Amino acid sequence: MFYREAGQFKSSYKEDQAIFPILQDRLGVGLVLAVAFFAIPLFGGEYFISAIMIPFLILALAAIGLNILTGYAGQISLGTGGFMAVGAFAAYKFATWTMVIGQFEGTMPLVMTILLSGLVAAIVGILFGIPSLRIKGFYLAVATLAAQFFIEWVLIKFGWFTNYSPSGIITAPPLEILGYVFSSPAEKYLLTLSFVVVLAMAAKNLVRSHIGRGWMAIRDMDIAAEIIGFKPLQTKLSAFAVSSFFCGVAGALWAFVHLGTVEPEAFGINRSFSILFMVIIGGMGSIMGAFIGAAFIMLLPIFLSNVPPMIGWDIGVDMVSHMEFMIFGVLIIFFLIVEPHGLARLWSIGKEKLRSWPFPY
Amino acid sequence: MEDLWFELSFFLEVLFSGLLTGSLYSLIALGFVLIFKASGVFNFAQGAMMLFAALSLVGFQEMLGVHWTVAFLLAFAVMVILAWCVEKFVLGKLVNQEPIILFMATIGITFFLDGFGQTVWGSDIKVLDIGLPSGSFDVGGIFIDKLELVGGATAAGLVVVLAVFFNKTKIGRALRAVADDHQAAMSVGISLRYIWIVVWTVAGLVGLVAGIMWGSKLGVQFSLSLIALKALPVLMLGGFTSIPGAIIGGLIIGSGEKLAEIYIGPLVGGAIENWFAYMLAMVFLLFRPQGLFGEKIIERV
Repeated sequence: MFYREAGQFKSSYKEDQAIFPILQDRLGVGLVLAVAFFAIPLFGGEYFISAIMIPFLILALAAIGLNILTGYAGQISLGTGGFMAVGAFAAYKFATWTMVIGQFEGTMPLVMTILLSGLVAAIVGILFGIPSLRIKGFYLAVATLAAQFFIEWVLIKFGWFTNYSPSGIITAPPLEILGYVFSSPAEKYLLTLSFVVVLAMAAKNLVRSHIGRGWMAIRDMDIAAEIIGFKPLQTKLSAFAVSSFFCGVAGALWAFVHLGTVEPEAFGINRSFSILFMVIIGGMGSIMGAFIGAAFIMLLPIFLSNVPPMIGWDIGVDMVSHMEFMIFGVLIIFFLIVEPHGLARLWSIGKEKLRSWPFPY
Repeated sequence: MEDLWFELSFFLEVLFSGLLTGSLYSLIALGFVLIFKASGVFNFAQGAMMLFAALSLVGFQEMLGVHWTVAFLLAFAVMVILAWCVEKFVLGKLVNQEPIILFMATIGITFFLDGFGQTVWGSDIKVLDIGLPSGSFDVGGIFIDKLELVGGATAAGLVVVLAVFFNKTKIGRALRAVADDHQAAMSVGISLRYIWIVVWTVAGLVGLVAGIMWGSKLGVQFSLSLIALKALPVLMLGGFTSIPGAIIGGLIIGSGEKLAEIYIGPLVGGAIENWFAYMLAMVFLLFRPQGLFGEKIIERV
């Protein structure tokens, strides 16, 4: 009843191709953005913002990146953590690099640093994407593990990447844009949010463009896509590049905004897996699914570790972490059985229902 | 001359040690192959099954104080129950889903087993001792680890048993029929459910044996389930559907990894063992995308 497009006429192609063609969607997105930009920084507690919202947004960004590769282009990757690490360490190298250009001497602006580190990650992504032209399916998943372990090893082994810090840990410089330093959790949150919103919109637009349709064609059947004129080389490698760009930016944000100090182990194989879970639980081939999946995977452990003490059931810390594993596993299986296409699919079913609500049809 | 002889014997020692470690990788890879062949499921949980089986074995030994053969049988019974549960509660509900969904479901099983095993049996590192020999002996100046030798022999024995099982028994033939074509197998009266339980049981048994070997080598601990990741390049190299492939892949990866660590490692700063296997497999796949013995991928539009 409230969610139907009846009466909303479009009189130009531009309106027809709008990213959110229905008024209710626009209102909904506007409302979410308003809450995210104003309500949360104003009313959210420090813990909520810095321990939940910031990592949630960054992981959602990484999940969008992996979703582009796995959900849209159909190339399974277990190397997400590695690409995030590339982003983080590239950002560190750029940020600590003193440039001398004519009269100017100083470090690179923050926004440029983060975007450039995304580009570096994209280049590395292309390199590790090359095997995808020959290797398909699960074989590729294992090949991307090579990327994961190799990148981790390189970053630990060669001191140049950490500016020869003896512990192998990098410390991010203060976050400064045009002389303004982002230091409080709310400010850092807004910085992250801006990056995530812009990039999520870009991704949303990208996947409905020519490039995105190419990815989906390759996903559905690569030979058929080749026959109708999508070049596998460009299409697959562009998916790897864009995906790694997103992961790289997410990695840079993770290091600079969320953690502040970072070691390569923070981007280990478990990170790759957790992001893959986000994509699959949230819904493959859905930008919104990346957010839902990230929220789910982020909040579940917090929920699980807080509930038993809350209801007065005291079990050891050890036990809690084991229980967490078990419940996590069961929930993954449960969701796959109930809705193999992810939580985003539940949302779109809900939307269908909302159209005719309160009537059954 | 003396130097050359020393070099050679050192090389052989590294090679043997690599080959034997490789045969232990093959043991894990075998479980993957069995399940992939019979049900097309890429079973990520093989490592967790190995850990769980080994934990159960040690747990029964400690709790009941019985001889290891009794504990072995009990652990095997646990693996049968596990196979039944997997079929009943997971795979049976996901019939006709895409491979990636099934793959994810097995990751769910991995998490569950890791958590469940440690909840039931505790998370300390346990010593698994069933009287396997330890130490090493000397063959013409080459030291060979006894435990690894036993592991290699067990792997070889297991392959022979499995080959007989697959080729000579009725269930084995049914398994191969299912592997070939689910629908055709069903239409000649083979029960898919039953076959899946059997194949997960066999994979559980292989996991138990692998768990005993690795457990005796490194102690039964959580990191065992990470070793299973090493079985992935073995699988890739050998091809997902080939039992001999799993063995030969294991030998290549095992020896390649050890030799590379000794001879190439120092040139680039060492500790390349972590990624060398994956790189080796990836480069190899570039030339043969279906692995050494995998079925040729025929693509149709």
